[in-house]
Amino acid sequence: MAWQWFHRLGSPRWFYQKTGAWLPWLALASVILLTVGSVWGLGFAPQDAKQGNSYRIIYIHVPASFLALAGYYIMAISGAIGLIWKMKLSFAVMRAAAPIGAVLTVIALFTGAVWGKPTWGTYWVWDARITSMLILLFLYIGVIALARAFSREQVADKACALLALVGTVNIPIIYKSVDWWFTLHQPATIKLTQSSSIDPSMFYPLLTMIIGFYCMYAWSLIAHTRTLVLQREWRTQWVQQELSGMETQGKGGK
Amino acid sequence: MQFQFASFADFLTMEGHGIYVWISYGVTFALLAALAAFPLLRRRQLQRELQRQQRIQQRRHQAEKERKTVEPA
Repeated sequence: MAWQWFHRLGSPRWFYQKTGAWLPWLALASVILLTVGSVWGLGFAPQDAKQGNSYRIIYIHVPASFLALAGYYIMAISGAIGLIWKMKLSFAVMRAAAPIGAVLTVIALFTGAVWGKPTWGTYWVWDARITSMLILLFLYIGVIALARAFSREQVADKACALLALVGTVNIPIIYKSVDWWFTLHQPATIKLTQSSSIDPSMFYPLLTMIIGFYCMYAWSLIAHTRTLVLQREWRTQWVQQELSGMETQGKGGK
Repeated sequence: MQFQFASFADFLTMEGHGIYVWISYGVTFALLAALAAFPLLRRRQLQRELQRQQRIQQRRHQAEKERKTVEPA
């Protein structure tokens, strides 16, 4: 009995019907938080003493990088759950996480490169952090490409889950890269264990943006998973009813 | 908390760093918007595909019915 929720969680139909109500709230929260955070970060947070105004890129660079990494965890863990418990929904989450993670990694790399020009005088260096982030992008692209290489979804799911799990090796390397190889990228601004090296007047807008990006990520992951569920459960009655308008409530049967 | 720039023009140029900052924000929000648009477009695509299939099936049924009524004669 205690495990009932776990099995229900694995049902694509239950997931689809449950999450439908969350989406508008998540969308609203992310739009508000991202708007407030951007305006705050761009116009109202004080200028950085060393980097001037170019530092304002931090308000998107850091949240995007956070979620690029967190998204990889989510992809790898849901792949593992799918492999172990053979859960259909879990594989759908894994497949949905790949393009979202890839886009966030592109954002992190792009804003980092643009930030590098006024700060370091170059768009790109083969610094440890940057290189390991590039590998992260290749891992995401690898999962997307691998999924397309198989004609059978189930085989593709297993192969992608394995690749995602093997690629997890890269995650601690990214985290620790700024400490192990002290090259060009600055050390982490926000630390969990020690006090952060950032003034509160700059930290609060950053926190707003991070929470906003998390909401945005949750919304995207749920929305992408839902379309994958529709696509995969295509032949079932409930999906066909769902797609051909909201007549699910009234008529029963055929 | 106070607006950090003397004028709107200052806000746009950001002492020479404006171009980097605005490009970063522009590209980021464009990509996020694309990410948000994808599931909505895909859903519509699936809907159209289903309608097409249903039409095909309906026509097939109808053709079968007509054939059955004609054949015995």
